[in-house]
Amino acid sequence: MLLEAKSLRAGYGETQVLHGMDFAIAQGSITALLGANGAGKTTTLRALCAMVKTSGEIRFEGNRIDGRATEDIARLGVAHVPDGRGTFLHLSAEENLRLGAYTRKDRAAVEDDLERMLGYFPVLRERRRQQAGTLSGGEQQMLAVSRALMLRPKLMLLDEPSFGLAPRLVHELFGILRDIRSREKVSMMLVEQNAALALELADQAYLIETGRIVMAGTAEALKRDDSIRKSYLGY
Amino acid sequence: MEALIHQVVAGLATGGIYASLALALVMIYQATHLVNFAQGEMAMFSTYLAWTLIDAGMPYWAAFALTIGISFLMGILIERIVIRPVENAPVLAVVTVFIGLLVILNSVAGWIYTYTIKSFPSPFPPGMALGRFMSPHEVGAIGVTLLVLAALWVFFRFTPLGLAMRAAAQNPASSRLVGIRVGWMLALGWGLAAAIGAVAGMMVAPIVYLDPNMMAGVLLYAFAAALLGGIDSPMGAVIGGFVVGVLENLLGAFVIGNELKLSMALVLIIGVLLVRPSGFFGKVHVTRV
Amino acid sequence: MNRKIFLIIILLLIAGGLPFLVSNYRTFQLTLVLVYAIALLGLNILTGYSGQISLGHGAFYALGAYVAAILMDKAGMPYWATVPVAGAACFAAGFLFGLPALRLEGLYLALATFALGVAMPQLLKYPLLEKWTGGVQGIVIQKPDAPALLTAAGIPLNPDRWLYFFTLAVALVMFLLAWNLLRGRVGRALVAIREQHVAAEAMGVNGALYKSAAFGVSAMFTGVAGALGAIAVQFVAPDSFNIFLSITFLVGIVVGGLASIPGALYGALFIQFVPNLADEISKAAPWAIFGVFMIGFVYLMPTGVAGAVRLLTARRRSP
Repeated sequence: MLLEAKSLRAGYGETQVLHGMDFAIAQGSITALLGANGAGKTTTLRALCAMVKTSGEIRFEGNRIDGRATEDIARLGVAHVPDGRGTFLHLSAEENLRLGAYTRKDRAAVEDDLERMLGYFPVLRERRRQQAGTLSGGEQQMLAVSRALMLRPKLMLLDEPSFGLAPRLVHELFGILRDIRSREKVSMMLVEQNAALALELADQAYLIETGRIVMAGTAEALKRDDSIRKSYLGY
Repeated sequence: MEALIHQVVAGLATGGIYASLALALVMIYQATHLVNFAQGEMAMFSTYLAWTLIDAGMPYWAAFALTIGISFLMGILIERIVIRPVENAPVLAVVTVFIGLLVILNSVAGWIYTYTIKSFPSPFPPGMALGRFMSPHEVGAIGVTLLVLAALWVFFRFTPLGLAMRAAAQNPASSRLVGIRVGWMLALGWGLAAAIGAVAGMMVAPIVYLDPNMMAGVLLYAFAAALLGGIDSPMGAVIGGFVVGVLENLLGAFVIGNELKLSMALVLIIGVLLVRPSGFFGKVHVTRV
Repeated sequence: MNRKIFLIIILLLIAGGLPFLVSNYRTFQLTLVLVYAIALLGLNILTGYSGQISLGHGAFYALGAYVAAILMDKAGMPYWATVPVAGAACFAAGFLFGLPALRLEGLYLALATFALGVAMPQLLKYPLLEKWTGGVQGIVIQKPDAPALLTAAGIPLNPDRWLYFFTLAVALVMFLLAWNLLRGRVGRALVAIREQHVAAEAMGVNGALYKSAAFGVSAMFTGVAGALGAIAVQFVAPDSFNIFLSITFLVGIVVGGLASIPGALYGALFIQFVPNLADEISKAAPWAIFGVFMIGFVYLMPTGVAGAVRLLTARRRSP
């Protein structure tokens, strides 16, 4: 298991949002975290990156990362594409990408990776010197994913990558994500409100309701589950 | 006409000093949204350090370089030890700590060096005067200022560390996600600001003479310059500095006389805050409720 | 509540008796403590209750002092009449300064008032005003004698003691005024504006008016203190009203305790007596000590002495 969480609790100030979650992400898999608004999906990703106060155990590659600082967790190879994208709005697109590789020492490989990202998302090549804040929502999303990949992460956490994107763009993006998984050998945890989309892409899935995991299994199994079909897939 | 040109050049020289100090203020503001009220005293303390080294026999430029180095370290230490605990505290608490720092630096300098005015050497020999409009120190000060500003520009624009510092100032949350140690970027920012302040102090000391209170007026003008240019715009701070320097000299020489210089700074500060609080190059901020 | 009144009565008795037990010089120092307490009360109204930072209150103190001095020196006004005039003048000045200052929040207001504090001595030295302000040399004032009434009634008070009781009387009035102002609607409105001004406005509190008024009232208190201070010290000069005076006031309310009326008294005792003690060490030492106290209090006792006292008395009361 690349990442394991045991009895994960997290919250904001006085309010507790996660009430003891147990889950795991297998090496090389894409794991989806499904649930309604406010269920705690974003909080889960934030908890993994120590962006909120947590208690419980989180192990990455067997070592405990709970209690460590966000930047140290990133340096271990966990790249988080946050909700809202977290773009450096006043810097250029290229500077955003280079920041993704800030902690890496292999200069030449960083240049190669930069080229490769621009290959995945040609529109970024056109806009590389443009101020990132002036890019469209879809372009910023591609930028955010590329920035995360520039880290050469072992694990990528994606928070609502489809948010605010036109359907065509979403399909394009998810296709690229599938591509990335096989080419870059990156494991992913995907938080999505759009359950159908997520279950198409993922191998494993968890369903979270008010801060607790209520269902776990393969994506196939969850797709076929009746209650999921009715509540989250709409048919 | 000659008098006018001389005032403008002298204004550019002091303007460069204001620009440097304003830049230091903006750097810290960008990263922390705090105004470093103690910036002037830090610069003054650095200048006294340089004086001590020179007085002990060290050649000027060696002392200059060493002072910059020590000031850099001092800035980092101050941020890590004094400022870090109150980074997220209410405004009054932070302001109080800054003023406390100001007061401690001022009094310790007075303690060690007494309040008698000392002269501080200018490294620019008399033979260097370019025509009758500019004294060698004025030319030299402008030169040094421009060099420092250029070096900073190159650092921030073209080096990975400079990029990381800009990122940390603009978006600390996302910076952490890419592995940047935001806390240390802050400390580095303070170190750089302290180093710039040291340069500003060493350039202004030959003009206003060295005494513990020498930076109060300079700091006020630097505030005015930073606000005029936009408290979150480095370029604005620099331009603001030169504008304020020239304005001060022209108004002082031809309009209101030299006795009201500080009041002029006050009027400028209040004026900018009322008319255009984001300055000419700054971004307008909308506060969300 | 009864306990509080009991304590206040004891305090008043002590205050009333002290001048007869200590030297004239000590009495003079105690007079200054009262003066500073009034000034700190003023600053506290603005910063503690209303949440607006002022690093330039020394300027209002100076204004009050100069108004009193000029009226006494040039217009021959009796000393006791200058106090309310100084207060009124400073209220106007504070209100006017407060109007534009409304638009400035936190740090920016601190910056603007800092500039005011730094520029004040220079303003006072301005050559064009010299025939009133006395320029760099300032103005010397006569020390008032106790009123003839008292001497005739057989209560001889030397000038120091008389001044002390005069100041004490004014201080009591000011403290009462502050207490009345702050415990009622006005106080609550100010705190509401400080905490969440948009919400306060939505509830019908006229933020602009309150904030300007707060500035005016705050300046008035400090101006009254300035007038009393000038009378006590018998001298006003521009360089005594520099930025360090404003910083002294800030130290006073941080150490004494924000948003606290007794805090003004604790703070005043601190800023009057600590420099005297520290001066023994070195001329520069008082400020180094102030600085350390400022930073120390922010880290360790952010609610000041008043807060600590509240904490201690609260603990003892719980079973």
